[in-house]
Amino acid sequence: MQLTVWTYEGPPHVGAMRVATALKNVHYVLHAPQGDTYADLLFTMIERLPRRPPVTYTTFQARDLGGDTAGLFQRAVSEAYERFKPEAMLVGASCTAELIQDDPGGLSRALQLPIPVVPLELPSYQKKENWGAAETFYQIVRALAGPQAPPPGFKRPPREAGTRASCNILGPTALGFRHRDDLRAITQILGQLEVDINVVAPLGATPADLSRLGDADFNVLLYPETGAQAATWLQRAFDQPTVKTIPIGLSATREFIAEVARLAGSDPAPALHGAPSNSSWYSHSVDSTYLTGKRVFVFGDATHAIAAARIASEELGFTVVGLGTYSREFAREVRAAAEALGAVALITDDYLEVEAKVAELQPELVLGTQMERHIAKRLGVPCAVISAPVHVQDFPARYSPQMGFEGANVIFDTWVHPLMMGLEEHLLTMFRGDFEFNDAAPASHLGSTAAMPDPTPRAAEAATSEAAPAGAVRDSARGSLWAPDAEKELGKIPFFVRGKARRNTERFAAERSVELITVETLYDAKAHYSR
Amino acid sequence: MSVAVESGGSPNILRRADVKISAERGQREVFCGLTGIIWLHRKIQDAFFLVVGSRTCAHLIQSAAGVMIFAEPRFATAIIDERDLAGLADANEELDRVVNQLLARRPDIKLLFLVGSCPSEVIKLDLSRAALRLSARFSPQVRVLNYSGSGIETTFTQGEDACLASLVPSLPARPADAPANLLVVGALADVVEDQMRRLFDDMGLGETAAQAAVDFFPPRRSTELPAVGPNTRYLLAQPFLADTARALEERGAKRIDAAFPLGADGTLRWLQAAATAWKVDEARFRRATQPAYERAQRALLRYREQLCGKRIFFFPDSQLEVPLARFLANELGMELIEVGTPFLHRAHLAAELELLPPGTSVVEGQHVDNQLDRCYAAKPDLVVCGLGLANPLEARGLSTKWSIELVFTPIQGFNQAADLAELFARPLVRRTRLVA
Repeated sequence: MQLTVWTYEGPPHVGAMRVATALKNVHYVLHAPQGDTYADLLFTMIERLPRRPPVTYTTFQARDLGGDTAGLFQRAVSEAYERFKPEAMLVGASCTAELIQDDPGGLSRALQLPIPVVPLELPSYQKKENWGAAETFYQIVRALAGPQAPPPGFKRPPREAGTRASCNILGPTALGFRHRDDLRAITQILGQLEVDINVVAPLGATPADLSRLGDADFNVLLYPETGAQAATWLQRAFDQPTVKTIPIGLSATREFIAEVARLAGSDPAPALHGAPSNSSWYSHSVDSTYLTGKRVFVFGDATHAIAAARIASEELGFTVVGLGTYSREFAREVRAAAEALGAVALITDDYLEVEAKVAELQPELVLGTQMERHIAKRLGVPCAVISAPVHVQDFPARYSPQMGFEGANVIFDTWVHPLMMGLEEHLLTMFRGDFEFNDAAPASHLGSTAAMPDPTPRAAEAATSEAAPAGAVRDSARGSLWAPDAEKELGKIPFFVRGKARRNTERFAAERSVELITVETLYDAKAHYSR
Repeated sequence: MSVAVESGGSPNILRRADVKISAERGQREVFCGLTGIIWLHRKIQDAFFLVVGSRTCAHLIQSAAGVMIFAEPRFATAIIDERDLAGLADANEELDRVVNQLLARRPDIKLLFLVGSCPSEVIKLDLSRAALRLSARFSPQVRVLNYSGSGIETTFTQGEDACLASLVPSLPARPADAPANLLVVGALADVVEDQMRRLFDDMGLGETAAQAAVDFFPPRRSTELPAVGPNTRYLLAQPFLADTARALEERGAKRIDAAFPLGADGTLRWLQAAATAWKVDEARFRRATQPAYERAQRALLRYREQLCGKRIFFFPDSQLEVPLARFLANELGMELIEVGTPFLHRAHLAAELELLPPGTSVVEGQHVDNQLDRCYAAKPDLVVCGLGLANPLEARGLSTKWSIELVFTPIQGFNQAADLAELFARPLVRRTRLVA
């Protein structure tokens, strides 16, 4: 048992729903109790899909358990087939139905429906949403493209001279983090590279489309979390190479273009020069120098976290202090990326552990999920969201990809806006005695609730504290005392870095068992931490 | 199908044959009882809800209400994993470990609910024994109770019912010779509770020892549990509290039959039922309630203009559907096409069913696809439904009101009657405003 306050991923059958909902003319019958229908709202309220997910739930109740839940499941499959007339069906169980062991695969086979029916075995007590999506996608690809697979050992013949290369795009699902917009960005790049798109899957693919996946020359894998398993199988079955570079960030996009051009035998130049990047110039612009060495903490799914860490360090000049993921399946890759950056690696799906790590590392910017946004808000640290789990805000009305050159621009804006602009920093320092820029006023760009209020009347507390020497203020957490002049000196530090200065000084004092924090301690600590 | 409303054993209820009650079975598109945790943890401010369930349960609760706004909520899930199922780990030891971890983190917690789920019910994890064991260990600092919010046993608001029912045995006993007291049962927003209390005060309840002391259940703090005994009369504030009512009756309390306090008229009838039970002087009752009643009616007028004659269709959700339909039909002139409800408690809703317009179709249970067919065919002006259905219906040109808002918003009482009407008027007003 694991104590869980928030979960980064849903159960594996929600992953299956993301695939079923992305596909066309496919219906998923899920053996599940009534509450499990909540999952529909993920699609209709978070992604704002204008249609119900193509899912029928058996919604069995306690009184059914003693009776014929198997019959209930079969009726649900028959009715769903009659009503929705899908071209293929997925069948499976949610966590509760897994326990009653009704065998959805066998039960639906017995119905002898005239369409492919793909049984899903998704172990709910071991696996999670992304795994469920990857497994579901793989199973349906195998079931529908498998019959077209050439004999084992097949070697793909070289493409005829003068014909355009074609590829499949694998990975985008329903409820994916910016999948809709990434797809548009990548489609544009592939067009510039004169590569035809054979099938995009699962998003928008029909069962007939899936059966002709083998026609493409190669696969472009955008989201390994959902598409790697299918891509690996296609590579084996159809000798289709996979483009593995994830085009998030400027450098990665350039490498992606080079990789695709090599496989397609096309000229990368039009794609490389086709989209001038604002992000690169803005990052070189002098006003961005204040970004140098900003300490960032990165957490998300493996693909987005690894990409974000690279962009942070190479394209914005940040210092990555921590890099983590909840995708245990990709722990090795994330550890390697963290090691390369000299950052702390964190592989966990325990929100409380992430929270503790952020507090410990004291970053100046958090790049995380919606959950880290809450952690950052509480700690008064700016934050930008880089990854699922998705929130309604992750489906913006405008075109807002993460991938390709436009994606790099979007990322630049999204990450930099929460930070204080360099010029603004100077102005605030100059005017901080001003009535409108006083220390008590929260930073407007963080919203009224986001700024961490400086724990004010410490002096007042001290007055009532018997143990404290006159005027000295006890640091509640660690037991060091702030001498009045040190407290006063702290007040001269701009308010937006004062919290950090206080924490650093207190930590410095605690580590050295300094009882009374003086002005000298403050500057000793400053010198220590600015090494 | 037209059936008589069952009397529920009470001789006071008239039998009528003109409300058509039918039942259907099929796919249900409703939340399970775990969802109630979202409002219950706001109501009982020193309670923590620990769901013993799967990742699905955890995902449901955090998705259902977009609750990620709460920094560290007073609910969590002990997620069962395969080691627990395979018997490699003793599930009870694991649960004890998780509870220890939780209580070490949250020393402010005074009451811990272990909440059963579909998986914990199916593997027959005995949470009542676990609650006894843990209570013995942590009392008196923390009391540990248990109830089931599982989807195989409870639908949405039935989670509150199960929770409150689990609390009833620990209510202090009120001696048989104690004066009668009034217990208002069902979670209400604090602001509503305060209004109701003022009205009861104005009616003179609780004024003298001979009069009723008024208590609300659940209380805001678990340390302020009201006493109950044979002289307790209770008034349901919510229509979905079947098990809680039964548990209270076992403690000797007796129910005051009443309509529910939705709308000006419903609220007046609800208060009148208490007044009658306590033989409050008619003039005094009028003095206490008339100004608020008339103000509520005035406030409802403008919504009556907007809603009168509009046709409404209810998908089953919270069991509030019947009283809401009664309010919308009688006080705002709406036309009821279908009133779906997940479960119909015929005795508790007898007064409400009496007030429904003749011929109203009440459908208990659900077959969501068939119901959608009926809804599309009827082309109602407004559909009340859950979050999974709302946008798909909007995309087909139907205006919807998401029903979950009706359990999170203060809607009971005189001062909220117009707010309640506004919730139904807003989608229609919005549609007329949008041109693009």
